Amino acid sequence: MEFIIVKFVLVLIVFLVSLGIAAYSTYAERKIAAFLQDRVGPDRAGPFGLLQPIADGVKMFMKEEIIPTNADKGLFILGPSIMMMTACMTGVVIPWGDTLFINGTEYAVQITDVNIGILYIFGVVSIGVYGIMIGGWASNNKYSLMGAIRASSQMISYELAMGLSIIALIMTTGTLSIREIVEQQQGFHWNVFIQPLGFLLFIICAFAECNRTPFDLPECETELVGGYHTEYSSMKLGFYLFAEYINMFISSAIIASLYFGGYNFPFIDQLGLSHNMLTLLGTLIFFGKIFFFIFFFMWVRWTIPRFRYDQLMHLGWRIMIPLALVNILLTAGVVLWKNGQLFN
Amino acid sequence: MQLTNRSQIVVNKQMTFWEKMYLPAIISGLAITVKHLFRKRATVKYPEETRPVSAVYRGWHVLKRDEQGRENCTACGLCAVACPAEAITMTAAERKKGEEHLYREEKYAAVYEINMLRCIYCGLCEEACPKEAIFLTDRMVPSDLLRSSFIFGKDKLVEGTSPETKIDISQRTNAHRKP
Repeated sequence: MEFIIVKFVLVLIVFLVSLGIAAYSTYAERKIAAFLQDRVGPDRAGPFGLLQPIADGVKMFMKEEIIPTNADKGLFILGPSIMMMTACMTGVVIPWGDTLFINGTEYAVQITDVNIGILYIFGVVSIGVYGIMIGGWASNNKYSLMGAIRASSQMISYELAMGLSIIALIMTTGTLSIREIVEQQQGFHWNVFIQPLGFLLFIICAFAECNRTPFDLPECETELVGGYHTEYSSMKLGFYLFAEYINMFISSAIIASLYFGGYNFPFIDQLGLSHNMLTLLGTLIFFGKIFFFIFFFMWVRWTIPRFRYDQLMHLGWRIMIPLALVNILLTAGVVLWKNGQLFN
Repeated sequence: MQLTNRSQIVVNKQMTFWEKMYLPAIISGLAITVKHLFRKRATVKYPEETRPVSAVYRGWHVLKRDEQGRENCTACGLCAVACPAEAITMTAAERKKGEEHLYREEKYAAVYEINMLRCIYCGLCEEACPKEAIFLTDRMVPSDLLRSSFIFGKDKLVEGTSPETKIDISQRTNAHRKP
């Protein structure tokens, strides 16, 4: 019983935190876009415009709900629901912190430590493609369909390279559990120093998976009106946009935990703090890393223009995948050489 | 024949390996954008801050009163005739006995309206006025939600009688007299 309560509380916290961060990511996006363009950004709602996400949310709810006459109603509603659901599901396996001792019992700051955590994330993320595809198909609109086709082909192409870049990482860590991967990076032994090429491939693929610039072809306004969510309005549109920001948050968390040591930080043992304090500090640092990557996502968005579609496919299939394969080969060679199995 | 030194010869040069990697270019781009993070903002937060305007700025009109607080305007209609945007309309009325402290001459404008959305702020009304009654000032017309609220009547155009509510136009008139 206590197990269920603890997990329920954790789920609720993670759910609310990811929603809150997604909401404030919209604000941060607008602010950072403004700052990078020498503007001020939203500053009317509340101090520094901090209430802007709430105003936006209220606006989204108040908008008229339109379902096109020729749209497939069931699928039209299913699309954004899948998108939102998968976005919220990925946070389950991420280790948000080390363990906490409360009344002598040890609690891990993680909802569940599945021993195939990475595979779970890949599985859930690839369901997310259905959200976009179904939404675009159900709209019965050529622009939506084009956007959906672009999105799904892009996500499928880049999922391959992403998976391959992760394989190299798994070969060095020897585990699929994200918590174990994070624990191996104790102190400053971050995987980014072991797998720099893998990290580069992974972060590029993460941009593509999140449909962020320079890979935001599914919703490029200049060609496709609004992309796969052209026909959506009110909170269904809100769900699509919101899910995108949750995805960005979760990918930042995954990048931080796989390659940047998660809740580990240098000189963790020399602080002389109690275990619980170190866990809290580690969680804070983990969130600092996540915020940095969210900032990085936005920074790149306001720097680089979008790819052309053939360039996107060229990059995905003819550069990323071969590079990932080379990375696997190199890693395999180094792992074997370290074990002394290479030349005998 | 070379006419200017700005011409450039087009070369269809192949990109080098370094350029094909794109990453150095992306990093230098990121460096450029992050520099802008710390630049001065170009935004002027309008209602709270305003840009300095010149002394002869042409904004919201004022209908002046004379030293004794009487309206200068005699509703002659020359401003309305001069107005290229046809923004000014007025209705003249005759001054009654006992109103001598309100209006300077026997005729006055009972209704005087300027449509601020039609007005192009050219200042021809001011030039046409023989009585020094209408002037353009450096006040900007505030925004509003209704078109009808941009038709400014005498309540918004005539200056007050007390010294505090008088609108100073000396800078503008001096600047005009200078040459």
